[in-house]
Amino acid sequence: MLAKRIIPCLDVTAGRVVKGVSFVQLRDAGDPVEIARRYDEQGADELTFLDITASSDDRGILFRIIEQVAEQVFIPLTVGGGVRQVEDVRNLLNAGADKVSINTSAVTNPQLVADAAARYGSQCIVVAIDAKQSAPGKWEVFTHGGRKATGLDAVAWAKKMQSLGAGEILLTSMDRDGQKTGFDLPLTRAVTDALEIPVIASGGAGTLQHLADGVKFGGADAVLAASIFHYGEYTVQQAKQFMAQQGIEVRL
Amino acid sequence: MTDIAIVDYGMGNLRSVQQALRAVAPEASIEVSGDPAVVARAGRVVFPGQGAMPDCMRELDARGLRAAVLQAARGKPFLGICIGLQMLFEHSAEGNIPGLGILEGSVVRFAADLRDGQGNKLKVPHMGWNQVRQIRPRPEGEDTLAPSPGGEGLGWGSAHGHPLWHGIAQDARFYFVHSYYVQPQDTALVQATSDYPQPFACAVARDNLFAVQFHPEKSQSAGLALLRNFVNWNPV
Repeated sequence: MLAKRIIPCLDVTAGRVVKGVSFVQLRDAGDPVEIARRYDEQGADELTFLDITASSDDRGILFRIIEQVAEQVFIPLTVGGGVRQVEDVRNLLNAGADKVSINTSAVTNPQLVADAAARYGSQCIVVAIDAKQSAPGKWEVFTHGGRKATGLDAVAWAKKMQSLGAGEILLTSMDRDGQKTGFDLPLTRAVTDALEIPVIASGGAGTLQHLADGVKFGGADAVLAASIFHYGEYTVQQAKQFMAQQGIEVRL
Repeated sequence: MTDIAIVDYGMGNLRSVQQALRAVAPEASIEVSGDPAVVARAGRVVFPGQGAMPDCMRELDARGLRAAVLQAARGKPFLGICIGLQMLFEHSAEGNIPGLGILEGSVVRFAADLRDGQGNKLKVPHMGWNQVRQIRPRPEGEDTLAPSPGGEGLGWGSAHGHPLWHGIAQDARFYFVHSYYVQPQDTALVQATSDYPQPFACAVARDNLFAVQFHPEKSQSAGLALLRNFVNWNPV
């Protein structure tokens, strides 16, 4: 059967991988190409690169990183951050990305998701949603790296993105990001139950049990994590073996 | 002459296919091309496809590539990938359109509201790493027999199925992303199946042609092994 995916996430700024807590307090984690190769060797199912500054200077650096990774690593690569127009999608795909993740611009210009999906296919359009709990059982979508509230309900927004042609949702809990207290399971469950397309749980994984719980209780199709892999606490292989022991189908 | 032509009809990014072929065939000249003449002269042809099949068919014709693809599919080592597999068939439910009709059968969509054995919802597209069960002529148990004297192991052309599976473990996982799958009329063409949750054909072959639903270029070592086998394949 289809395996649940483990996706290490590389937040990139100025050519380096960094990791923060709740979207701030960045800490250097190393060279993106080197890290990508290491995760590939460990059996990562995909890799996600998020350009967290997305300034025009950094753009060229990011393209070179993606090109280098794509020459050496033969698993799906998702790249996001600062995608504002269809041409940005094209440029990232040409650099070697297999999927492009759209976040803020999906909110400011939902037509971008529809246009990009129509042009390149839903299979390469990921919509990233940063959500924060606003009331029990309610989550609000935030944009601009979590700085700006939108008033949008996360579940309704995810459904709208699906209807516009998103092929997958990358769902990040801002409350949990970098906290290592586990995914927001009710949020994950609410979104995954509402959709036909796959959902990647993100934000908060601090232990291997958290990854397993994202699948078992959150219903996620894939789990994304950064900190627990970047600083050598666990390898991707260890994460997969742990999940397999809990009866979760993984690629070993 | 181009050793391997990757047919480019403007649908999506062929760079990853090219990179993966380069990794397994560093000496070969590999060209991504939308020129029918290049496809016609190439020693081997890779026929990828992404997005929606109606768009793929339209763009293929708009670039005048249909004849070159038909000719290649009938006469030289030919590898279809994803929509490049689906387009080989007679008809697709996606857009209710005809395909190239090289193989008999149709392309259909996964049913809505699929559930696994535990009742969990199965998402469409079918996206991620699934096991590929190779069709092998002899029963499973015989794969573990000792090599025959003087022979190279078990002679993978027979006991291990199609030569493109050489060195690839039974049930190895490959990366898929698709919402439609092929239903060949002649089931003898099926070289592998995957389950979602019912078995569907994920690899078919006839003579010089081999085509897969998954993405070997994104399937790490198993995918590279398949591409290496394709590059070294000399069908009679």
